[in-house]
Amino acid sequence: MTMLIRLFWHLALLLGLSPLLLGVIAKTKAGFAGRKGPPLVQPYYDLARLFRKDMVISRTTTWLFRAGPVAGLTAPLVASLFVPFGAIGAPLGFDGDLIFVIYLLGLSRFCTAVAALDTGSAFEGMGAAREVTFACLVEPTVFFVLIVLVRLTGSFSLGGLFGPALAAGWHTAAPSLMLAIFCMLVVTLVENCRIPFDDPTTHLELTMIHEVMVLDHSGPDFGMILYGAAMKLLLLGAMTVGLALPVSLGSAPLDAAVFALAMLLLAVLIGVVESVIARLPLLKVPQLLIGTSLLSFFALILLLR
Amino acid sequence: MQLLIVSWLLLLTGGILAPALGRRPLAAALVGGGSAALGSLAGLAMAAGALANGQTAGLALATTIPGLTLSLRLDPLAAFFLIPVHLLGLLGAIYGVGYLRGHEGRLPGLHWLFYNLLVASMSVVIAAANALLFLFAWEGMSLASFFLVVTEHREPATARAGLIYLLATHLGAALLLGGFLTVGAFAGGFDFSAFAALSHLPGPTASLLFILLLLGFGSKAGLFPFHVWLPEAHPAAPSHVSALMSGAMVKTALYGLVRFLLFLPSAPGWWGGTLMALGLAGALFGIAMSAFQNDVKRGLAYSTVENVGLILLALGLWLFCRGRYPQLAALALTGALTHILNHALFKGLLFLGAGSLLHGTGSRNLNRLGGLMRRMPATGLCLVVGALAVTALPPANGLLGEWFIYRGFLEAGVRLKGLAAFFPLVIVGLLALVGGLALLVFSRLIGIALGGEPRDSRTELAHESGALMLVPMFVLAGLCLAGGLAPSLLLGPVLRVAGMIEPPAAPLLAQAGLLPLWLGGLAQGLTLLLALTALLGRWRRPRRAETPAVPTWGCGYLFPTRRMAYSAEGFSELAGVSFFCDCLRPRIEGGRSVRLFPGREVFRHQAPDLVLEAGFLPLFAWVAARCNRLRRLQSGLVHIYVFYIFSVIVALLGWVAVRL
Repeated sequence: MTMLIRLFWHLALLLGLSPLLLGVIAKTKAGFAGRKGPPLVQPYYDLARLFRKDMVISRTTTWLFRAGPVAGLTAPLVASLFVPFGAIGAPLGFDGDLIFVIYLLGLSRFCTAVAALDTGSAFEGMGAAREVTFACLVEPTVFFVLIVLVRLTGSFSLGGLFGPALAAGWHTAAPSLMLAIFCMLVVTLVENCRIPFDDPTTHLELTMIHEVMVLDHSGPDFGMILYGAAMKLLLLGAMTVGLALPVSLGSAPLDAAVFALAMLLLAVLIGVVESVIARLPLLKVPQLLIGTSLLSFFALILLLR
Repeated sequence: MQLLIVSWLLLLTGGILAPALGRRPLAAALVGGGSAALGSLAGLAMAAGALANGQTAGLALATTIPGLTLSLRLDPLAAFFLIPVHLLGLLGAIYGVGYLRGHEGRLPGLHWLFYNLLVASMSVVIAAANALLFLFAWEGMSLASFFLVVTEHREPATARAGLIYLLATHLGAALLLGGFLTVGAFAGGFDFSAFAALSHLPGPTASLLFILLLLGFGSKAGLFPFHVWLPEAHPAAPSHVSALMSGAMVKTALYGLVRFLLFLPSAPGWWGGTLMALGLAGALFGIAMSAFQNDVKRGLAYSTVENVGLILLALGLWLFCRGRYPQLAALALTGALTHILNHALFKGLLFLGAGSLLHGTGSRNLNRLGGLMRRMPATGLCLVVGALAVTALPPANGLLGEWFIYRGFLEAGVRLKGLAAFFPLVIVGLLALVGGLALLVFSRLIGIALGGEPRDSRTELAHESGALMLVPMFVLAGLCLAGGLAPSLLLGPVLRVAGMIEPPAAPLLAQAGLLPLWLGGLAQGLTLLLALTALLGRWRRPRRAETPAVPTWGCGYLFPTRRMAYSAEGFSELAGVSFFCDCLRPRIEGGRSVRLFPGREVFRHQAPDLVLEAGFLPLFAWVAARCNRLRRLQSGLVHIYVFYIFSVIVALLGWVAVRL
């Protein structure tokens, strides 16, 4: 029964909250720019509109092109079932599921990149190349952060890594965890194509990473991609929040409310970061990513010393 | 045991008969390919049976050659390694009949002679229980595969590849001979049954033996830095031979390594450390080089270097933890064995798929391919499955082995105290880097070769391969998916072998809940969900008008052409620029026109092997220069040669007289 309740809250937060994060980010940025900005629920309208629309499909493409959005929506959905949302435990979990979750996100990346190359467009190929190259640098960081947690909690399941077991870790290894939070925040920004790594709202295809890969997707397919991206933001954000807030209030609705609040705060933080930092030149991005990997590595050394 | 001997007899008879049929391609293919398929089927049945009942069968026949007895032994370890040999032998034979049709050459049966000899000798290597028999079969395997590599020996690149392969394999064999003679001297015989005495070897001798065997077997397995023959030989050989060499022959070397490590006394820590270091170097180097290759099969060969590196990494952890941390040893060993089986399946599939692309388009160059998913849908589907498996993505089988390897190193990092935990944890991070690069390499292969528009006018006319080539590919693709969806299929045999090598392995893993049977359920769930999402998209559509099809959006360019599509070099350029060291980067010439009226420009892109270009070639040139001095002995005068012979005989007589 608790399992079902957990699953309910989990899915409700995942499906309901994730588009709102995009809305909060947009509103924060608008506030910084002195504009009124779109309503907070605009992403929901966008999704509803996209799912009602027709599609335009390039003559060049094959089923590979259609498989991209399918994996882009499904993989984050399945992956998020292993990630605890605050104190609401993960509905699924097994020993070593962190490897599975990371490779599941790899599946969505593979399918999106191949779908982009399937259109034959030079711009989309460029975006795909950038996405998979930067992912090479992000994955070690994610693993190092998770290793810090594995070493602290002795668990090999994401559910046990971010749970209350971490509260004790904050007493013994606070510096490592601070570094880990920073690294996870960077990972969240990179993987969700936010400034300073990528700008989803730029008008020039040449400078995009993720957005340029999905130029040719339209209608429901594009809706799936947007929804999947929002879920991925929630998923990685949940890991960051789980690192920073290993507390439980003991009742599911309260915990859900705390988690939702923390996620909204994170979204505001992302909005602030996007407003005050300029976008990095493309060739500087790998340097920053390598630097982040080294930081996460340093967190590990701090823990082992 | 009888079935295995029947299999060898079938292979040999068919192999000898096929060239005797002369210039009749159909008959040669029927006899040669048919006997290879039948013989492999018998061997496969034997191996599967032996693995299922877990019994050890043996046979020994004395010969008049000193030290050599024809003793054979089929225990679970041998049976396990026989499976890739005979499975790929069978599928490769069927594929080869289709692949070679129309390209048979002057004596079509000759190919089948060498093919059957290769399969049979690999099988003998694995079943042999006598070091000399092992060595004879090893040599037969090397020679047969050499002749298969130089099938198109009139091309200079192929001749060069053959020479490099022959050299590498014989230097390795020389080291093995040295190792085996040492073993024989200590054990007092060449039968494996006598080798139990080796467990009392003194430390330094055992270490010397370990190095000899590691280098000898490693040069065949593609151990870094002795991998240089792989990227030369694999593209040169016909594709089904590449699949057999990469999927099965490389594994016979791993078999030899494991088999002889079991004879040696318990390993000091640095043996495992050496294996891990070389394995990790091979994995990183292999996948980085693979990212720069434009030749599809050369890229796959480098990916084999990477995968062998991963297997050796796991074997190193096993060797390091043996006897000290039983659970870690069990995890690492299971990971290595699972990955061995998985690699045979998906690399076999990928090489057959690459061969199908070559057959359909006439090119192995990624920059000439493109748009092939439309023209060769069945090959494309198989390649996508293979790519998912090799990048360890769910729901294919590749994740299973990597899961064990990751889990072993994570566990080691938690168990070990202090600085000792540092290395396994760093390796986990580097494994993640290897995984990320593998994703780059294979999304590049699939996206550039199968997606987009053809980059060459010949590719536009590409045709799908025939049923003979497609059926083996579908079998392998099916096995890859089956292994992912039902991991118990793979884990059953693997755990049986692991139980033979480390008896407590299987119960240890089962007790600790470390058997990822969950992965199967999750892969099934994921597949179901993917299918559902895809169906949902389709189901919504018919209510509306047919989806309009337009050209790909050209981002404002009015006349986009296929020559503007992203190229294979472009795809990996950012990775090369941003985080590879200079020495690994490809060599680029030309292609930059800054004049007012641009003229014709030639762009060259090469990614030569650093180890070969900067290591082995200069080394051998140096050795050759030194050896030139010996030419004085070779005067060409007959009476001088007679004098040499005479003096050797006198010296031998003197030696015998002293010994008596």
